[in-house]
Amino acid sequence: MSKILIRGARILGGEPQDVLIDGETIEAVGTGLSAEGAEVVEAAGKVLLPGLVDLHTHLREPGREDSETVLTGTRAAASGGYTAVFAMANTFPVADTAGVVEQVYRLGREHGYCDVQPIGAVTVGLEGKKLAELGAMHDSAAGVTVFSDDGKCVDDAVIMRRALEYVKAFGGVVAQHAQEPRLTEGAQMNEGIVSAELGLGGWPAVAEESIIARDVLLAEHVGSRVHICHLSTAGSVEIVRWAKSRGIDVTAEVTPHHLLLTDELVRTYNPVYKVNPPLRTEADVHALRQALADGTIDIVATDHAPHPHEDKDCEWAAAAMGMVGLETALSVVQETMVETGLLDWAQVADRMSVAPARIGQAAGHGRPVSAGEPANLTLVDTAYRGSVDPAGFASRSRNTPYEGRELPGRVTHTWLRGKATLVDGKLT
Amino acid sequence: MQRHLISAADLSRDDAVLILDTAEEMARVADRPIKKLPTLRGRTIVNLFFEDSTRTRISFEAAEKRLSADVINFTAKGSSVSKGESLKDTAQTLEAMGVDAVVIRHGASGAPYRLATSGWIDAAVVNAGDGTHQHPTQALLDAFTMRRRLVGRDTGLGQDLSGKRVTIVGDVLHSRVARSNVDLLHTLGAEVTLVAPPTLVPVGVESWPCEVSYDLDAVLPKSDAVMMLRVQRERMNAAFFPTEREYSRRYGLDGDRMARMPEHAIVMHPGPMVRGMEITAEVADSDRCTVVEQVANGVSIRMAVLYLLLGGNEPAVSHARTTEEK
Amino acid sequence: MDTEQNQAPSDARPVLEAPDIARVLTRIAHEIVERAKGADDVVLLGIPTRGVFLARRLAAKLEEITDRKVPVGSLDITMYRDDLRMHPPRALARTEIPGDGIDGRLVVLVDDVLFSGRTIRAALDALGDIGRPRAVQLAVLVDRGHRELPIRADYVGKNLPTSLRETVKVLLAEEDGRDTVLLGAKPDQ
Repeated sequence: MSKILIRGARILGGEPQDVLIDGETIEAVGTGLSAEGAEVVEAAGKVLLPGLVDLHTHLREPGREDSETVLTGTRAAASGGYTAVFAMANTFPVADTAGVVEQVYRLGREHGYCDVQPIGAVTVGLEGKKLAELGAMHDSAAGVTVFSDDGKCVDDAVIMRRALEYVKAFGGVVAQHAQEPRLTEGAQMNEGIVSAELGLGGWPAVAEESIIARDVLLAEHVGSRVHICHLSTAGSVEIVRWAKSRGIDVTAEVTPHHLLLTDELVRTYNPVYKVNPPLRTEADVHALRQALADGTIDIVATDHAPHPHEDKDCEWAAAAMGMVGLETALSVVQETMVETGLLDWAQVADRMSVAPARIGQAAGHGRPVSAGEPANLTLVDTAYRGSVDPAGFASRSRNTPYEGRELPGRVTHTWLRGKATLVDGKLT
Repeated sequence: MQRHLISAADLSRDDAVLILDTAEEMARVADRPIKKLPTLRGRTIVNLFFEDSTRTRISFEAAEKRLSADVINFTAKGSSVSKGESLKDTAQTLEAMGVDAVVIRHGASGAPYRLATSGWIDAAVVNAGDGTHQHPTQALLDAFTMRRRLVGRDTGLGQDLSGKRVTIVGDVLHSRVARSNVDLLHTLGAEVTLVAPPTLVPVGVESWPCEVSYDLDAVLPKSDAVMMLRVQRERMNAAFFPTEREYSRRYGLDGDRMARMPEHAIVMHPGPMVRGMEITAEVADSDRCTVVEQVANGVSIRMAVLYLLLGGNEPAVSHARTTEEK
Repeated sequence: MDTEQNQAPSDARPVLEAPDIARVLTRIAHEIVERAKGADDVVLLGIPTRGVFLARRLAAKLEEITDRKVPVGSLDITMYRDDLRMHPPRALARTEIPGDGIDGRLVVLVDDVLFSGRTIRAALDALGDIGRPRAVQLAVLVDRGHRELPIRADYVGKNLPTSLRETVKVLLAEEDGRDTVLLGAKPDQ
């Protein structure tokens, strides 16, 4: 593999420097590096970040290849600046055995756009009744370390306790989709002023918060670590903050859409805004941004959830929940966190690369941009402004809530172990 | 008035009064030997009912036929057409047949709004009840009934319901009738109080333009109209209230309670009534109960709405009378 | 009903003043009595808005002449118009049929201006849905010509030859504060 010189990039938003890649590794970082024998990428004014890591992606393969495949999903990831994604287990069949996780892992490696780290189901068939073979999935070629029934909550306290305990044997972590099922029967949107007017079934904040409270206490009791998926309420933030202050080993994620959108949008009855957990209120959005800034929330994870057109081109109640997010995540974070002064680019690198790689134990990802490190890198044109056009998505699905919205920033280049997956905004 | 009628909240005070006044004229047609007007001749209206509701469908059908529209009834019972694709496909299929308006009843809140705004069809959309969201023609016929009884048939013309105190009792949480009535009655200047057990009042009700009370007996003496909502027995199973007996003791309207209402006050019910639950037979059959009138008024209101939406080259935009030269 | 205008044309000149209108109505009343041989089965139906006021005035004059009460009502023709789809829907005016109905009676329709005849065509349709009169006659304050249908008035206050570029406006005290008929140029569209 030949050499690449990235010239004049602002590493983590700092002063312009050159980065020389040789093969799969960063060879040197400095000013005035020789371009001899290297392909030059002019990066003046652009921000260079470690390749982004998404701890929460739905790639849909196997089973729902009409909405996404490992190939289209990883191309979307590369397009959004990601070099590693964690693929959720709610496929058909469910990723609850070594066989399924190995298949997904291998597909990611073969396509070569983005590392795919499968997440294993906590319980067989996501049914919440019987533990899946967590150890076997960990011992498989996929080396699963993160387990989640995402889409469903592990609501049985005993099963949750056992899972938290069991994965300690091999350093795994359980990622909880916090949703008390009885409190959310028939739920269609956030329960509050807007749901009362629209006559849509309410998804109360307490259904999320009560499970988080229970799970951090369980984690404390059994001495395990727990990860909370897609926090969406101000109350959840308070509970996680309290848990961390007690020394409980909890980490938490927030999605880009919960940092930007509110339930007021549901007034359009357009199912593109239908997502689980639901869009909340302005006050929640504010609390989530603050929590991401102060570190209470550790990471941004996309919850990229592709759905075919017909699952959204219908009345609200019949529509599927979820939004695609890989290709807009960094722009939304720039809009909501950077341009508001809540995070600088070094902190963005932490929330979107370093910390998720650490939580998910993604080796070689989320590393410093320095000599000797794997060349997993993302180059961002932060001055760019443009409106979102789903027709240009690499994802097979188009269910974005941002269509036509102007967002800042654009990923122009992505390198996965020195190999360019995205060049000048075009997939290789 | 807009091209569609989706929510009672979309109506201005003048729009609403225009509809009520127009309905008053439509009501006179019922007294004629020939109960028919040529107004919508050549217009095709489809009644697209995804939920069973014989009463509402028949009321719309009568209104449409009295205005000489061509009527197509489409009743999509069962689950095979309850999916999203089917709403879009069904609507597009019907429009391909040359439909000018779609009157839709659907179990999903927002389905008529989707139909009107998604670009699926061009026809005007009239909401005949969607999920637990809205039922605007019901609110209009209720307001019409109240104006006739509390203001007067002739003296009411051009008038709203300023200062009238309306109490709505029962399962507000699951009621599109309650939502529509709160919106419309507020627009028309009435003071609305909702009375229900706290379990049957939605979280977020504090943003509604009305009062909420848990004490029916305290509110009754201060009511000009008391509207009883249907309470389905199956709500008991979801722990909204303990027993039928306890519900009717606390929130049902019986003769003793009716006696505490002012002389002139009326009892309303959107039907169908669950006798013995929210209302006793004594009250339901009394001459203060307007249930039967409401049904008759429903036809007049729906005629008025259809005329104002479809009677011209564009919907009636304001109360102002169009003028022309001679 | 279609005599309303937002404003009188600025260069309008009166062609009938209040005393003329009173005199003309008196004459029409006498003609009705004469042609209806006593007017004992006459029902007057005014076409809103100004036709209704004219019908009431005629009724009063008929009472003076015959010393009998003459039933008077109104007939809104909006829903029977043939140009509904050319305009937004109009607010409906009142249709008020006197208590004894119109079956077997002599109905005299009353309007302010007779022009194309389409209003009267609609009125005849509306009447047909209400009952079956013995006969129907038409009284108008002004006939300005330019008929588009085979319709003529039985009683005419004033024949007023006009151009299509002109406009006729009837003002009545009940609605407009004064009695007068104005002829002016049609305002530019």
